Amino acid sequence: MASASKRDKEQSIIRNLDWFTLFIFVVLVAMGWMSVCGASYDFDQGTQLLDFSSRSGMQMVWILTSLVLGSIILCVDDRLVESLSYIIYIGFIVLLFVTPMLAHDIKGSLSWIKIGSFSLQPAEFAKFATALCVAKVISSFNFDLSRWRDLIISAILVVLPMGLIIMQKETGSALVYLAFFLMFYREGMIGSILFAGAAAVFYFVVGVRFADAPLWDIPQISMGEFLVLAGIHLFSAGMMWVYTSLRKPFLQVLLFGMSAYVLAVLYAKYLIPVNTCWVQWIVLAVMVGYLFYLSVREQLLSYALIALFAIGSTGFFYSVNYVLSDVLQPHQQTRIRVLLGLEDDPKGAGYNVIQAKIAIGSGGLHGKGFLNGTQTKLKYVPEQDTDFIFCTVGEEQGFVGSALVLAIFLVFILRLIHLAERQPLRFGRVYGYCVMSVFLFHVFINVGMVLGLTPVIGIPLPFFSYGGSSLWGFTILLFVFLRIDAARNRMRH
Amino acid sequence: MATTEKNKKKYELHKRKYVLGGIACVIIFTYILRLFSLQLLSEDFKESADSNAFLKHILFPARGAITDRNGKLLVYNQPAYDIMVVMKEQVGVDTVDLCNTLGITPEWYKRRMDEIRDPRRNPGYSRYTQQLFMSQLSAEEFSTFREKLFCYPGFYIQKRSIRQYSYPYAAHVLGDVGEVGPKDIERDGYYRSGDYIGKLGIERQYEEQLRGEKGVEILLRDSRGRIKGRYQNGKFDEPPVPGKNLTLSIDVELQALGERLMTGKKGGIVAIEPSTGEILCMVSSPTYDPRMMVGRQRGANNNLLSRNPHKPLLNRAIMGQYPPGSTFKTTQALTFLQEGIITPQTLFPCSMGFRFKGLTVGCHAHGAPIPLVPSLATSCNSYYCWGLFQMFSNRKKYATVQDAMTRWKDYMVSMGFGYALGVDLPGEKRGMIPNAPYYDKAYRGSWNGLTVISISIGQGEVNATPLQIANLGATIANRGWFITPHVVKDIQDEELDTLYTTRRYTMAERSNYEYVVQGMRQAVLAGTCRAANSPHYEVCGKTGTAQNPHGQDHSAFMGFAPMNDPKIAICVYVENGIWGATFGVPIGSLMMEQYLTGGLSPESEEKAKTFEERHLISVDNGFGKQER
Repeated sequence: MASASKRDKEQSIIRNLDWFTLFIFVVLVAMGWMSVCGASYDFDQGTQLLDFSSRSGMQMVWILTSLVLGSIILCVDDRLVESLSYIIYIGFIVLLFVTPMLAHDIKGSLSWIKIGSFSLQPAEFAKFATALCVAKVISSFNFDLSRWRDLIISAILVVLPMGLIIMQKETGSALVYLAFFLMFYREGMIGSILFAGAAAVFYFVVGVRFADAPLWDIPQISMGEFLVLAGIHLFSAGMMWVYTSLRKPFLQVLLFGMSAYVLAVLYAKYLIPVNTCWVQWIVLAVMVGYLFYLSVREQLLSYALIALFAIGSTGFFYSVNYVLSDVLQPHQQTRIRVLLGLEDDPKGAGYNVIQAKIAIGSGGLHGKGFLNGTQTKLKYVPEQDTDFIFCTVGEEQGFVGSALVLAIFLVFILRLIHLAERQPLRFGRVYGYCVMSVFLFHVFINVGMVLGLTPVIGIPLPFFSYGGSSLWGFTILLFVFLRIDAARNRMRH
Repeated sequence: MATTEKNKKKYELHKRKYVLGGIACVIIFTYILRLFSLQLLSEDFKESADSNAFLKHILFPARGAITDRNGKLLVYNQPAYDIMVVMKEQVGVDTVDLCNTLGITPEWYKRRMDEIRDPRRNPGYSRYTQQLFMSQLSAEEFSTFREKLFCYPGFYIQKRSIRQYSYPYAAHVLGDVGEVGPKDIERDGYYRSGDYIGKLGIERQYEEQLRGEKGVEILLRDSRGRIKGRYQNGKFDEPPVPGKNLTLSIDVELQALGERLMTGKKGGIVAIEPSTGEILCMVSSPTYDPRMMVGRQRGANNNLLSRNPHKPLLNRAIMGQYPPGSTFKTTQALTFLQEGIITPQTLFPCSMGFRFKGLTVGCHAHGAPIPLVPSLATSCNSYYCWGLFQMFSNRKKYATVQDAMTRWKDYMVSMGFGYALGVDLPGEKRGMIPNAPYYDKAYRGSWNGLTVISISIGQGEVNATPLQIANLGATIANRGWFITPHVVKDIQDEELDTLYTTRRYTMAERSNYEYVVQGMRQAVLAGTCRAANSPHYEVCGKTGTAQNPHGQDHSAFMGFAPMNDPKIAICVYVENGIWGATFGVPIGSLMMEQYLTGGLSPESEEKAKTFEERHLISVDNGFGKQER
């Protein structure tokens, strides 16, 4: 009986495993290896690609061990993993806590633990532990994320490892945990929180990053301030579209505001260069007044809430500016500016991003071919085989190759959503959304940073960036989900 | 009721997967669009990448050497060193130390750096490539710098060669080489900032032959500027092609004597080998030592020379436009003979000049009336005035005076006057031969032969360069043709332009030239050029004393020798030299002796010394000659 059920289980893994996802995984890892080869290849010595003293050789070791690790995970009973969730989480929290004390300082980071001749980064594995634990908690009976109490409990589980990782001076890795809010949203968190969070990040990043950049070469206008104020206006109009049914006020707000901004900028550009922000203030004030008027007239709270959102947003933006420039100490300001990629390099602002853009831009349509990239190999691009690995793809494989990689990532993420949605148990679904959110966040930030669209936050591109810890971490994260997914039909037996 | 609401809510939450999937799609599509714009819409990044990673190391070709007609080396190359800077890499250099090592001031350093960065003054500027910082350091100047080069990241040494001159002569012919200006760079994509280009003379005229082709070596360079080997093992490297050597037709010994004799005088000497049109010497005085125009002193010296009131930079041999005076009478004799206005036996009166209807053109005492040959020998003004008057008044042959004038002008032009001859040197002037419309305008249509009578004796509106006058001598020596005068005899591996190998015939017949030759021979034997006579070869000559409204008359001589196998035709023109016989004849005779006998006899050497010391202008020390 026991042997029969065991055979049954084995068969069901092979039959129920999502081979499509596994195939995408293998493709991404293979492309990743080629990129590491490209990034670490040395024109002088013509490195042997499988020489274990080279990075490409080592990456092959990581890939093979990952495959072994993945196979082992597929053989473990998923219920065992689920039941161990809390223990794994607590274990990793303790590990994260002690890591800074055991770690060697590597380029200012205290996140590496040395075991024998290998160094491991617990933060890369803590994502998996956190995902497990959060999934376990959320899947408990009558847990509802639309309730503040439950949301706060879940948020604490996420913020705890985040804080510990920030203490290891790995702010980038810590920010990845924000991805869990995407899962919270799917599981019932009020949508406005996600929206407000995204809006706040937008105000902060755009406002600070482009504070000193002139808009359209008009020195009086700060691009950051202009974009944020215009953004507040657009967001408000967008909320009117989503939350209210009257179309006429929406169009009035949108068209009146935008045309006022355009006219003001044209005036500043061609007649008298003035700062147009006071025009934006007036327009926003008029809009807020109009919204309150609509709220009273239509007897709808929504309009008033949107007005409050606009007021709150404006207040948030200016208080961030105030805190940044007047409250924080200079070294704290520097840290934030470093995080936003304003001050991260010794060769002058934006060197990394410029070099990354040059490398990618020089790839053209077809790229320069495998191992033929000059920018990445001659070390113009910083962190060329880890955080900036996508440059190698862009340079050597060109638009065709890099767009293909992005497309594969998109298919991968959509597939993960599909897999998560088909889970019969909430635990599996929550865990699946955690996995998907983490991958999406990594791709979003990493590729965006290389393309000069998001702040420079040093996190790896899944399956591409060189490094054992990150590859193992992503493999465990993914394969545990594949194992859970493979057991989705068990209930019906 | 509660369950339906819950189910409804569950369904609403289920829809959120589309929001999340939508976010993923928006992100990825935004990124693909961004990739599209970076990789396919903009070429800039490709160029930046190349200049990032490829260090195009320019290999400069050796500029062609220049020798004289006897194979004596005139111009050659000497190594010099340029200091180059890559702006992107020169960070953290101790500029004070650098300035001390190079012997420059910090202000100069700052100014130079600003100049390099200024895209208007330095059109090819890039932060990633080498830019010229300082040029033409000598081996000594540069040795300390080389020792300390490792202290100055971003600074490089570029080996170059600069021009060096064996002789202090022929500066105007040889010209010089200098850094290219922004206009040259715009005009010709071959040049990059800091390259050298011929500025004057042969160096400019034959720039394309002399410069060769630059080569390039493509090296791979990493982000710290370290060279990581050759790109594709030098598959795309190009070796430099050395410039072509030039052989000039100049005889440097003759040139040297000419410059010596012209010391302290303004004017020019041009000697031509009649059978080939090769210019044997081209002297313009005052002159300067070509070595002044080499190296970093070039700018200062150039300023010094251009400020000098005697204009030593002006090549008077081809740019000075003077009245040819009596040397021009030969052209008139040929025209009148060819047009049938006179025969060799035609006699014209002369009573101390040409007198007609109250108009007088003075002449000196000689027997009268006289026929053509003695009129040339004695240089009778009256004869040529009568000739021109008869030609311009001849209504049987010419319907109007304008027609006669046009005919006359055509003769002059066929003899090389009125237009630039086309010598292979930049800046040649065309001189002046008036035509009918010119006089119509000047005299409002009311003029005749008398009005313009002075053109018959090379005065009035007529102007010519010494080169044109020497060419006239060559034409007479050849009895009716010339080859466009040129200073380059031979270009390595290249044919000479057919312009310099083709005969150009004048409108006068060979037989008529014989009378003019006779006249010029008589001038030497018994006329105005007796001082030019030589026992060793038959000299033909014609003096010129050109009236100069601004001061003393100019002294001119045109001649050739030997009469029946001409080897040299010459023009000597000395500004304010008074009589043709005062300076022109003796200098011309010494030059012919030098060329035909290969040196000067002791008596001639004495004579040469006297002439060298007879100065019409003050000889200051600005011309660099005292250093030799």
